[in-house]
Formats: sequence, structure tokens, C-alpha cells
Amino acid sequence: MVEILIMLAAGITGAAFLLALGRFVLGPSRFDRVVAFDVLTVIAITFIVLAALLENRGIYLDAALVYALLSFLGVIAIARYLEGRF
Amino acid sequence: MEAIMDIIGGLLMVGGACFLLFGGLGLIRMPDIYNRIQAGSKTTTLGTLLTLAGAACLQPAWGWKLLLIGIFLIFTNPVSAQVLASTAHRRGAHQSPLTEVDRLAEDREGKA
Repeated sequence: MVEILIMLAAGITGAAFLLALGRFVLGPSRFDRVVAFDVLTVIAITFIVLAALLENRGIYLDAALVYALLSFLGVIAIARYLEGRF
Repeated sequence: MEAIMDIIGGLLMVGGACFLLFGGLGLIRMPDIYNRIQAGSKTTTLGTLLTLAGAACLQPAWGWKLLLIGIFLIFTNPVSAQVLASTAHRRGAHQSPLTEVDRLAEDREGKA
């Protein structure tokens, strides 16, 4: 029962991932692509948590934490670069 | 008792996934960059937090680590959205023709 609910959540999250990926590919401006990248990384964190539940391995959560940190730093760095600060 | 917690956790995770889906839909449908930032950052924060809460219901032993990820997301998601929006506005990103109020531009004109 719980497995079915987790798989359903993974399927809906996969649909969201595809929509955000569509904006990443279409995106008319650079900023649209950066926003899509931000959303894609947050969705990927959800995927990692779902994978940890399905495999029953708590160590995957550390990967999710590091991924959240790296995506935040990446978005900030890209935004500063687009602003022309360095 | 454990079965009830499992069902609650699974439903929370499905609800969070639905919020993520709405976020992706808003990202596709919204007319300009500022609306897309709004749709993208708000819904993904709530959706991921709901999913983390569901995972904590399913595996109570992981609670502290999930709480850490949730607090980190609460702090960093609005910051990255705000930095992106201010950068886009400063570089003059395309605005939807439906935009009526632009307080940031009025503020900059007042200072100049």
C-alpha cells in the first residue's frame, strides 16, 4: 500500500520534472533557464528522498543535503554572473 | 498505529508531489520571468516540505536529518528566488504587457 503511494508520488514528481525541463529547453531568455534549473534541482531533492525511502537507505539523505547546498550556491553564482559583477 | 502513520505519510507525499506538478505547470504557463519565479519557488518549497514530512512519518528515525534539509530549504529557496528576480529586473528582462505596477522601477527613478 505504502509502496504504491510512494510510486504514485514519484510518477507525479516525474511529470513535474518533465514540465520544468520543457521550460529549461524552451526558455526564451537566460533567466528563464536559471529559474527552470532552480526548480529542477529542488525536484531532484524530492526524488532523492523518494529513492531513499524505496531503497530503505538513510545515507541517501546526506546526498540530498549536499545537493541542496550546491544548487543554492550554483543559482546564486549564476545570478551574480548574469548581473555582471565579476 | 504504524499502519495509520504509513497511510498519512504516503498521502502527504502524494500531496507534495501534486504541488510540485502545479509548480511545473506554472513554469510552463506563466507569461513572464517574474511570474515564473513566483510559481516556481513557492510551490516547490511547499511541495518538498510536504514530501519531507511524509518521509518523516514513514521513517521516524530519519526525522532529524529530514528536518535539517527542510530548514535549509526554507532559508535558501526564497533567497535564490529574490536574487534572481532582482538580477532579472536590473538587466531589464522582458515584462508581460499585463504588468501595471512596478515599484522597483519607480524607486530607482525617484533616487536617480
